[in-house]
Amino acid sequence: MSATAWTATASGARARGRHTWLGVFTAALGGLTAFAFCLHVGGGVTATLNMNSQPAAAIPLVVLPVRLTCAVLAAVSAAAGAAILRRQGGRGTYGLLTLGLVAFTLAFVIWAARGTEVSFEGLLASTLIDSIPLMFGALSGVMCERSGVINIAIEGQFLGGAFLGAMIGSLTGDLWLGMVAGAAGGAALGGLLAVLCLRYQADQIIVGIVIVTFATGVTSFLDLQVLTPNQATLNSPQVFGNIAVPVLDRIPLLGPILFDQNIFLYLALALLATIQVGLFHTRWGLRVRAVGEHPRAADTVGISVLFIRYRNVILGGAIGGLGGAALSIGSTGEFTSDMSAGLGFVALAAMIFGRWSPLWAATACLLFGFADSLQSNLAVLNVPIASPFLLMAPYIAVILAVAGLVGRVRPPGADGQPYRRE
Amino acid sequence: MAAEGVPEAAAAPAGPRAPAWPVRVALLAERSSTLVVTALAILSALIVGAVIMIVTTPETLGAWGHVLSNPARALTTSWALIETAYAALFTGSAGDPAAYVHAFAVRTPGAFTNAFSPLSETLVATAPLLLCGLSVSLAFRAGLFNIGATSQLIAGAIVASWVGISLPGLPLAVHMPLALLAGCAGGAAAGWIPGVLRARTGAHEVIVTIMLNYVALNLIVYILSLPFFLGPQQVNSISRAPAGSALLPHLAGASLRVNAGILLALAAAWVVAWLLQRTTLGFRFRMAGASQDAARAAGVDVRRMITLAMVLAGGLAGLAGAVQVLGVDPQLVPAYGGEIGFTAITVALLGRARPGGVVLAALLFGAFQAGGLQMQAATTVPLELVQVIEAVIVFFIAAPALVRAIYRIRTQGGGFRLFSQGWGG
Repeated sequence: MSATAWTATASGARARGRHTWLGVFTAALGGLTAFAFCLHVGGGVTATLNMNSQPAAAIPLVVLPVRLTCAVLAAVSAAAGAAILRRQGGRGTYGLLTLGLVAFTLAFVIWAARGTEVSFEGLLASTLIDSIPLMFGALSGVMCERSGVINIAIEGQFLGGAFLGAMIGSLTGDLWLGMVAGAAGGAALGGLLAVLCLRYQADQIIVGIVIVTFATGVTSFLDLQVLTPNQATLNSPQVFGNIAVPVLDRIPLLGPILFDQNIFLYLALALLATIQVGLFHTRWGLRVRAVGEHPRAADTVGISVLFIRYRNVILGGAIGGLGGAALSIGSTGEFTSDMSAGLGFVALAAMIFGRWSPLWAATACLLFGFADSLQSNLAVLNVPIASPFLLMAPYIAVILAVAGLVGRVRPPGADGQPYRRE
Repeated sequence: MAAEGVPEAAAAPAGPRAPAWPVRVALLAERSSTLVVTALAILSALIVGAVIMIVTTPETLGAWGHVLSNPARALTTSWALIETAYAALFTGSAGDPAAYVHAFAVRTPGAFTNAFSPLSETLVATAPLLLCGLSVSLAFRAGLFNIGATSQLIAGAIVASWVGISLPGLPLAVHMPLALLAGCAGGAAAGWIPGVLRARTGAHEVIVTIMLNYVALNLIVYILSLPFFLGPQQVNSISRAPAGSALLPHLAGASLRVNAGILLALAAAWVVAWLLQRTTLGFRFRMAGASQDAARAAGVDVRRMITLAMVLAGGLAGLAGAVQVLGVDPQLVPAYGGEIGFTAITVALLGRARPGGVVLAALLFGAFQAGGLQMQAATTVPLELVQVIEAVIVFFIAAPALVRAIYRIRTQGGGFRLFSQGWGG
């Protein structure tokens, strides 16, 4: 393949250029912070951040001088950018980029809260809650694509999981059964993807798109035809309550956000840790990555490519189904037609943004969750940006990311290619 | 599996000389196999749809509950349901034969409107599906997957609406073509972004077009907050209609909605077919789509072909947006165009990304759309069943090996192959 060789020779020079780009980008965020959030704010203006979930104030209100705080945060971004430029590569680049992004967003929040009081705790909590289904979706994508099967059908798995979760949860009155049914629904759609792509070797992107159409159609049809006439018995599940982890939930600020949440958050975090460790530190993970990068080599040493791919795609589907269940029995308490509203594609984007790594994909989910929660809190914030543009921002960020301006994205080597034994 | 489908180049000889007879026999076998697979895919999907109807309708489900004691009733109620639903699907799209007979007997305008209204609705639904299907197909032929017809349609609709609103008083002969061209240009601009990013940076067009869909959906929400589009009184996110001089003329009187949009779409199909089969540019598109390495070796500027193919694809979808605004739904709303851009992908797959096939596929799905509404009215079966049937058809088209396995067909071919290279990094 001449194209591969060409990419390999050019990648050294490209990588250097990319790190220069990243450094300049991060430093520019610092400049933007200084320009937009410091210069036009009076010296005496303060922002008040509320760190408590309940009105009973355990932590005193944090009152920050806007100009000074933003100047400090601008310096942090600029320093992170300078560090990226100086190091020219190495493992710390993406950490520094994240630091610069976090400083920028913090400055944005503080600037938006100028002259008023904002529930910082609420903002963090809704960021986390909004990103739960995305995390499941992104992990589903990671599971499939690391083994070399493109999973563009996350949206369909969400809908299947949300539908079955709500229906079985409502029918049996047992939410845990609903959760299992949601996972099973996702797994079934994952199985469909696996059979069509692995056995019948259909194009993976096409099959993924058609599964989304199919799942949207079937769940909307069944919603109207079966659930709506029997709303009380078939579509009125309870919602998982919050489970407080003893002791840990008393930690100021982070306690209620991280340790007093519903089961889906704990499940997402547990899956994230399992997949992250499993993929990079176990025999299973080594095999999955081998199959995803170079199936022929894996086959040669006796790993069954098809078995690993079937297993991963079906497991990935189940994880996607859990994400769907998180939407229905983890949040709204009923299934509504097309309720995932494109979140599956956002999860796909988060996975690509996170460069097919579980940890970075989850970080990207938080970014999307933050944009979402910022949008729903716009009413209390002092932001002169039209909300459609704020909602567009993460999508534009993904376009910039895949275009190589914010970071290099390299999919698993054999992603999307069917495997034929010779 | 190795011999699935005949290579693109062999299927499309561009020279004036007829191909040698072995090639012709191979082509004939390929074509008939394609037709057989397509017909079986549609048949299978209708069967799946019937089964779904039976198991979700309480009356038939109850009858099947007593199938051991009364098998005849289970069969007759099921048959009655399927017959009513699919008959409504047919009469709602192609028209009721009795109504045609009646119309030609009494010859009143009301009777004609009544008889031809289903056909008119089918053609109205077909036009944007055809244009977007051509958009997806053109990109397919150049080796690109355009999932962004939604964003290009919205861009086209916004620009066409802008030109339609802002230049009242122009003569029809100037204003309408101008608005159509503007819509085309808007869509082309939205298609240029993924094209140029793919060509210059390798960013995969699938992910860029999906992201652009969301950008466009938010953009139209913003557009609908601007006083220019809302007009003096409106406040609730519905734009005002373009001036009358920009609207597409109706083809069969004001009482039927069918308009010049369908003629434009058919003309576009002819132009795309001509472009792909009879021009050097089209040949280069297909070369870039079949093998970028080979195309590059033959001196084709692959990057330019990729950009240009996405611009043209965007222009076609933009034209669909303009046709919608100037012919069917003159007022912009959030999520304008709905599922059209997504359904167009299935249309292109069913039509095997060939203009002639896409025309037939768009007609079929347009008929499903129009007939589905009638079916929803005649039975309690929701319109969404149509979406399920469409998806199942394309499952079978995407995996022709599946159809051959089910119906035990020995011959190869009949499939659709996209030259997908994964995310392409």
